[in-house]
Amino acid sequence: MLVGAFQDKADDWTFANIRLLFDHPYIDAYKTSIEISLVTALLGGIGGFFIAYAAVRDGTPRWIRGGIMTFSGVAANFGGVPLAFAFIATIGPLGLVTVFFRDHFGYDLTEHGITLFGKTGVELAYLYFQFPLMILVIAPAIDGLRREWREAALNLGASNLQFWRHVGIPVLMPSLLGAMILLFGNAFAAYATAYSLTAGSIPIVPNLISAYYTGNVLDNPHLAQALAFGMFIVLAGTMAIYIPLQRRSARWSK
Amino acid sequence: MRHRRHIAPSAVVWLLIGGLYFTIPLIATLQISLKSPQTGKCCTLENYGWVLHNGDFWHTLKISFMLALETVIIALLLFVPTIYWVHLKIPRLRPVIAFLALIPFVVPPIVMVVGLLKVFKGTPDWFYQQPWGFLAASYVILAFPFMFFSLDAGFRSIDVHTLTEASQSLGARWTTTLWRVILPNIKAAALAGSFLTLAIVMGEFTIANLAAFHTFPIFIQYVNESQGFPAGALTLMSFAITWVAMLSLLVFGRRKGGGPGAIAGMRR
Repeated sequence: MLVGAFQDKADDWTFANIRLLFDHPYIDAYKTSIEISLVTALLGGIGGFFIAYAAVRDGTPRWIRGGIMTFSGVAANFGGVPLAFAFIATIGPLGLVTVFFRDHFGYDLTEHGITLFGKTGVELAYLYFQFPLMILVIAPAIDGLRREWREAALNLGASNLQFWRHVGIPVLMPSLLGAMILLFGNAFAAYATAYSLTAGSIPIVPNLISAYYTGNVLDNPHLAQALAFGMFIVLAGTMAIYIPLQRRSARWSK
Repeated sequence: MRHRRHIAPSAVVWLLIGGLYFTIPLIATLQISLKSPQTGKCCTLENYGWVLHNGDFWHTLKISFMLALETVIIALLLFVPTIYWVHLKIPRLRPVIAFLALIPFVVPPIVMVVGLLKVFKGTPDWFYQQPWGFLAASYVILAFPFMFFSLDAGFRSIDVHTLTEASQSLGARWTTTLWRVILPNIKAAALAGSFLTLAIVMGEFTIANLAAFHTFPIFIQYVNESQGFPAGALTLMSFAITWVAMLSLLVFGRRKGGGPGAIAGMRR
């Protein structure tokens, strides 16, 4: 793949394929991919954090916590084609929620841009595995926020808000950022869900790659290889940020 | 500090939002799956019958299941002795392998399949054109990190050196040691890795689709595109398969630290 990205049809060396990546429509596909990944990483990260915090904080019964962690373990591994169908059934043209809103509020989701087959739909579906992944990754870090720190802060007269601002958030920051980067990579690499949801029509990079193999346009496999190479670079970049962050967040866990 | 006796109100709100978000799509799918394909009215089990009487359903399910078994067996044969050897003789190599195991997170299936199709292009038809050849080989690569992290956790929790020495002083050969002494001790880890691999292979769509093989997820996609109501039934059934695989994983994993492998799926 690495080699193929730099070859032309006659197997000679070239940068032409890589240069093509910066042209339309390929650069747009990367933009769409990155946008979807950013949005779902951010929303998934924030939402996942709050759900995880709600699950592990004092006062929440143990069984809720156990249930959520088990469910997250399953849901984080759930995706692809069945997930796509579940969302078609929910917010598709005849989906449960679409029909509910139309019948009870006279509000047409489709007219307001909430359609399944565009970016919003794909993002909504991706969140279904982004939330659980965030919960699984961040829950141990929240557990690591020692109760003594909180007690110490409150004893010194800090308000709840001050505790979070000066202790909680700074300690959790590396874990939060690291987890969100993980989510970004997770969404960026996803293919089956978006393919199945939009029948391959949404222009994200994996769909372009697959079009060269499953469609009838296999005239330049080297371009597909170059596209894959571009994905590899983006993901290698995210890992390069993720690994040092993870080291940093491990600092408090000893 | 006062400890909360009752659940915090904001926690209730967040748990409720999360709960709704995760259950509504499942309810919507259930509702569709119960509608009659002819009239669109509730409630009938016809769709489930359609799926169960569909030859392609059993055929592709069998292919995927056999593929998963093949992948699990090859992966175990390949990785158990290797990781055993690394732990016993060359522990310095462990971080290197652990680093290699991270590669599939940087090279996702959609990227990997492009490389695999190119690398294996010249191979004979009985390999390249058969799921048992090309797909199984690809899936063993996909399974590697998950197998590695489970097995590695298993090997770390036992004393490989003492067990091996004891077995050898009693006159056992390498194969006997591995089979009768080591394997029973890492059974939980091996099972956890196997279930994870099973779940991954049963749900793998990307590679199968791009390499044009007809596995179970490809069948689901085909039904999704062509048959609205039965697709609901099929989706729920494949949910159930994921649940069974992942729950058995959690049950086995809980016994002996399941490792981080449990969290990163390959299905998307």
